[in-house]
Amino acid sequence: MKSALQQLLPKLVLAPTTLILVVCVYGFIGWTALLSFTKSRMMPQWDFIGLDQYIKLFDNPRWMVALENLGAFCFFFILISLLLGVVLAIFLDQKIRSEGALRTIYLYPMAVSFIVTGTAWKWILNPGLGIEKLIREIGFQSFEFRWLIDSEMAIYTIVIAAVWQSSGFVMAIFLAGLRGVDESLINAAEIDGAPHYKIYTRVVLPILRPVFFSAIVILLHIAIKSFDLVQSLTGGGPGYSSDMPANFMYTHAFNRAQMGLGAASAMVMLFGILAVIVPYLYSELREKNG
Amino acid sequence: MDRTQRIVSARIGRVFIYALLIFTALLYLAPLYVMIVTSLKDIEEIRSGNLLLFPLKPSLYAWQKAWSSACTGSECDGLAPFFWNSLRIVVPAVAISTFIGSINGYVFSKWQFKGSNYLFGALLLGCFIPFQVILLPMAKLLAVLGLANTVTGLVLVHIIYGIAFTTLFFRNYYIGIPTELVNAAKLDGAGFIKIYKLIFLPLSKPIFVVTIIWQFTQIWNDFLFGVVYSGSGTQPITVALNNLVNTSVGGKEYNVDMAAAIIAALPTLLVYFFAGKYFIKGLTAGAVKG
Repeated sequence: MKSALQQLLPKLVLAPTTLILVVCVYGFIGWTALLSFTKSRMMPQWDFIGLDQYIKLFDNPRWMVALENLGAFCFFFILISLLLGVVLAIFLDQKIRSEGALRTIYLYPMAVSFIVTGTAWKWILNPGLGIEKLIREIGFQSFEFRWLIDSEMAIYTIVIAAVWQSSGFVMAIFLAGLRGVDESLINAAEIDGAPHYKIYTRVVLPILRPVFFSAIVILLHIAIKSFDLVQSLTGGGPGYSSDMPANFMYTHAFNRAQMGLGAASAMVMLFGILAVIVPYLYSELREKNG
Repeated sequence: MDRTQRIVSARIGRVFIYALLIFTALLYLAPLYVMIVTSLKDIEEIRSGNLLLFPLKPSLYAWQKAWSSACTGSECDGLAPFFWNSLRIVVPAVAISTFIGSINGYVFSKWQFKGSNYLFGALLLGCFIPFQVILLPMAKLLAVLGLANTVTGLVLVHIIYGIAFTTLFFRNYYIGIPTELVNAAKLDGAGFIKIYKLIFLPLSKPIFVVTIIWQFTQIWNDFLFGVVYSGSGTQPITVALNNLVNTSVGGKEYNVDMAAAIIAALPTLLVYFFAGKYFIKGLTAGAVKG
């Protein structure tokens, strides 16, 4: 009797989590998928109209702008964060005094909410009173920096703030990676008389390829989910020029009573993430198992 | 290159490395500095000076207003009520999701049963889904439960979608505890609960700290769930901050915006500066390994 209970206990413990997983994760995904095939607006309703919402979605100029923005954002955000993170990590790895303090400084933005980041940068980039005024007072009278109100450039203000917030994180995982590199490899290259920078480009960085891979996946994941920063920094504006998919989804599902369209956009986001994450998890797990 | 030349060039290299590291550190600190000095200036000084100037006659006016009388939409009670809302959301959500994660992790690492690995895989994938895909059905569920626009509803949502990460943290930690220990305890007649209480719980202090800090930061900084599932009076601080910045009753007060942003960031910043080591552990563990 007692041992039967012992057998059952582990399963019993996992029961609530399993229920949550089945209902609130996979069940809800199914529900959203179904919703995306209906013409629901204010309220869910179940008139199925096939792929119409998806067709409407990709005919929607606002959605296409959001996708373009996501592309530009991903490219620059990931590229700059990686460059900065790698350079900082390599420099910090040169037996630097007060490395701890510097690391703390590079990483603190990570502890702050995107809403705070957006609020701060909205002020710093303020056309008229922000950086523009600062540079003018230094002596460059005709300096202009008005990306926040420039519909072509607004998306890049989001890149700037996001890089500030996340590049320290890239530094941290590369530093951890560098500390794991076998020192005898570096010593051997040094004895061969290779210059310092070549040791990094030819020996160390190639060893860290998996870290690059992880960093890119994580940054891509952050990028696709970006919502808060856009909301607080540009509000998607001017107009909808700096919207991203997550903001499109929120606006249409909750403010514009376009539930079906919102659901369709959420499904497209899900597939975007899965396309990145599934191969990554697969390769991680396979590596570990053999 | 002779010896002295080599030493000189190495020196220059060191100076360059330090210069770059310190310069970057200043850049990372600049937004925080700008926020602090702006929050201490009056609006006259903000308009006449620039971002970096130190306040001539520092005053706490903006802080007072941000805390107790700034408008966040139609109410003008400052951030104080929302600060307490966030606290009322964070404390139970962190405690419960961490506890569930701990016993889940215990089962997934030491009491595996047929299919438990698949369940863990399904849970892991749940860490990565974009929440947009569950927003609509969750809103429906909260409405059915009568928890729409309530603090309790938000607590529930944060628990549900926090479990995947907390379970992952504990499972990866417990996997490092030798299984022989469990087997020996079983031979001595200890059961599922006793082994957890007498062996795992006492060994879990570091991972509890990491998980609690991670969950605290995540939930305090959340904006998406807050903006979708709260109503007037139950918003968390991130939502209130965003409303405050976007409410302009009688002219923009950048000093109040900055004071409000710092107030919203303070709890997580304090945790970061006092327990940064654990924060970074959570960051790298949560982000990289599966």
